[in-house]
Amino acid sequence: MKAFMLGWEFPPFISGGLGTACYGLTKAMGRLGIQIAFVLPKGRISSCTGPVKMLSAEGSTRTQEVSEFENVSFHQIPSPLRPYVGSSGHQPYSQQRSTRSVRSWHSEDSGQGQNYPQDMAAQVRRYASKAVEIATVEDFDLVHAHDWMTYPAGIAVATSSGKPLVVHVHSTEFDRSGEHVNQRIYDIERQGMHLASRVIAVSNYTKNILASRYGVAPEKVEVVYNGVEHDNGSNGGSTYVLPEKTDRIVLFLGRITMQKGPEYFLAAAKKVLEKIDNVKFVMAGDGDMTHRMVEYAAYLGIGHKVLFTRFLQGADVDRAYQMADLYVMPSVSEPFGIAPLEALKHNVPVLISKQSGIGEVLTHALKVDFWDINQMANKIVAVLQFPVLSKTLRDNGHREVRKFRWEDAAAKIKGIYEKTLTGS
Amino acid sequence: MPSICLYFQVHQPYRLRNYTVFELDSDYFDDSRNAEICRRVARKCYLPSNLLMLKLIRQHKGRFRISYSITGALLEQLELYAPEVLASFQVLAATGCVEFLAETYYHSLSCLYSREEFIEQIRMHQQTIQRLFGQTPRVFRNTELIYNNDLAAVIEQIGGFDVILAEGADDILGYRSPNFVYRPPHSTKLKLLLKNYRLSDDIAFRFSDRDWSEWPVTADRFASWINAINGNGHVVNLFMDYETLGEHQWEDTGIFSFMQCLPSEILKYPDNDFKTPGEAAAAYEAVGVFDVPDTMSWADIERDLSAWRGNPMQESALAELYRLEHTVKRTQDRDIITDWRKLQASDHFYYMCTKYFADGDVHKYFNPYDSPYDAYMTFMTVLDNLRSRCHKVLPQREPEPFCIVGGEAVPSLT
Repeated sequence: MKAFMLGWEFPPFISGGLGTACYGLTKAMGRLGIQIAFVLPKGRISSCTGPVKMLSAEGSTRTQEVSEFENVSFHQIPSPLRPYVGSSGHQPYSQQRSTRSVRSWHSEDSGQGQNYPQDMAAQVRRYASKAVEIATVEDFDLVHAHDWMTYPAGIAVATSSGKPLVVHVHSTEFDRSGEHVNQRIYDIERQGMHLASRVIAVSNYTKNILASRYGVAPEKVEVVYNGVEHDNGSNGGSTYVLPEKTDRIVLFLGRITMQKGPEYFLAAAKKVLEKIDNVKFVMAGDGDMTHRMVEYAAYLGIGHKVLFTRFLQGADVDRAYQMADLYVMPSVSEPFGIAPLEALKHNVPVLISKQSGIGEVLTHALKVDFWDINQMANKIVAVLQFPVLSKTLRDNGHREVRKFRWEDAAAKIKGIYEKTLTGS
Repeated sequence: MPSICLYFQVHQPYRLRNYTVFELDSDYFDDSRNAEICRRVARKCYLPSNLLMLKLIRQHKGRFRISYSITGALLEQLELYAPEVLASFQVLAATGCVEFLAETYYHSLSCLYSREEFIEQIRMHQQTIQRLFGQTPRVFRNTELIYNNDLAAVIEQIGGFDVILAEGADDILGYRSPNFVYRPPHSTKLKLLLKNYRLSDDIAFRFSDRDWSEWPVTADRFASWINAINGNGHVVNLFMDYETLGEHQWEDTGIFSFMQCLPSEILKYPDNDFKTPGEAAAAYEAVGVFDVPDTMSWADIERDLSAWRGNPMQESALAELYRLEHTVKRTQDRDIITDWRKLQASDHFYYMCTKYFADGDVHKYFNPYDSPYDAYMTFMTVLDNLRSRCHKVLPQREPEPFCIVGGEAVPSLT
């Protein structure tokens, strides 16, 4: 079985979960024996012609052979324009060995509907036509498209080749932009979902959005949960020696953008600080709301208790987790949410928004409605004050992470492929 | 013989409300929710079941005899929210065919933590039963049938009891049958009645389970199973939660019709009869010693303490609760002491159980929390407030509390 897979993000050029998911999924599917031709846009940086530099999702720099991916071949489409716009305007790719950087899709002056670069549509079209060209030299059984940027390409390739299309929804406009969706992107998403033979969603939470906001029949949608890398590298054990700290640390790690609920984190922080004093709140990440959050923290009078790290790279990400006493994910709408799993891998207890896909499957976590500042603060205080609670969450959560395996996701997708090909 | 000994456990805890660390008052309990649940269970279970029992007692003219243990916590709530249920229990008491048992007033695990508190709660309960139903219980059952040899020794020491109920656990019985009367080691005065868990659970759990090989069981078939014991047992102890009738097994499963026919089917065989626990123990000699050095219960498959004390959260919560005993009692403040006692209900710790958390099952029934973590958090926050109240009342501070985490003493709360 061979899949013609269309992606937009892949390490090192990732902005969030999408690249991580594609990496894990593709590797596991290849190991399962599925042949994959993976098409990616190529950035401005000229990559070497030798073995492709592949970086693990945890950010440590390694040079790996392409053969690390069994059964997978990569095609890169030259794409003159950068798909990413950094929030602070400086060069989004560093020229050194870059690692995972947490970047935003949104431009700095994002008003309604202005969330994407103007010529995004042109980019997507160009990608589509190039993909069709590449498809002519590949022999495959079906087309698998990841998120909206690749749907037009997926549709084009499916049409020209006559092969069935599977679209994979990692996030929707409603997740990213709340109610102020970009109409053109919504149209592309909807079109992809309806023209596909099958739709894969990363959670029931997402599946419900597809049914209610996009009119996709539930029978057409299969839920495949993401996995997490189970490597020994940053799996809790480390060579990093933690400094003595007197303050507890509550960690927010992710893009500082509306979708991730940073303002709820700070509002809860204020309440927590009314109750206990020896705690600091760390916001690790960057995004279109960073400056506003710095101001908000000052406005709340807790500026001295909130630390903004901006980008965290590589080992710093691990260190942030290791120093944390609690990881909070107050997302307004999170299709899945791999970050809590990363936290648990580092033995950090997690408090997650109920409005998330991960909330469906993760049992050993504290859960709260993202808007419920009172409860969020209550649970933060409880974890910091009751060591037994923290320990139980950590121990059980760390064990539970093991059930999130890319192998299982790959096996499920293989089954979906088979069903699609037999037309059932 | 055999004599069928039917016993029903009747209890509702005072559930906690959504108490956060920001609460300023000391209103711990969710009165409106507790009232709602009490009334609902009254409607679906207590009232129709009591009516049925009364009807059967009258129908069989004294040959149908049953027993109840009703906790003090529930009796108080019935007085507040469903006094008609209390009245119907009193009517049942007046028939002379119903025995009321004693247990800890607050359905607590105090036997494991404080002998003084344990005895006080039993005394309170006995007095309440005497006041409401005109009987002073001589049969004792501990919370969730938690039992071991020490318990028997304590009960014997308290005096005034003849019988203790316990689970007929296979690993203690060995080849022996629960259908006989036993006695604890080194005891001459006490007798033990052991639950026949197979037959009891056939009704309590399997009754409506369509995957059960015996489904649907009818009264006459169940009676035949009881008869099969004839010649090989003196008693058949059917011990269960009263809520089996109408709540755990809903009315549409046919549970009421089943119960209605059961006594007649059983009494069709002239050798059979119904006895209350007190009568059953008096009628039959103990055939042997039931030696229980480790603690057992009637809960879950394990039938041990793991439902309430199986993880560090539960252990720390229980330890902290009972560590407060002397402080609480020194305040001599009735409200503080009562609140402390309401927090002792085993249910609070049951809600913190992580055993089957991922599977979600019986533990979730009536569980007001989304997760055992929420249960623990709320409980400990309430306890913290209670501790502060004590300190406000008392002239000097108690030593700093601590809890054991990973074998070390760690400061718990400031």
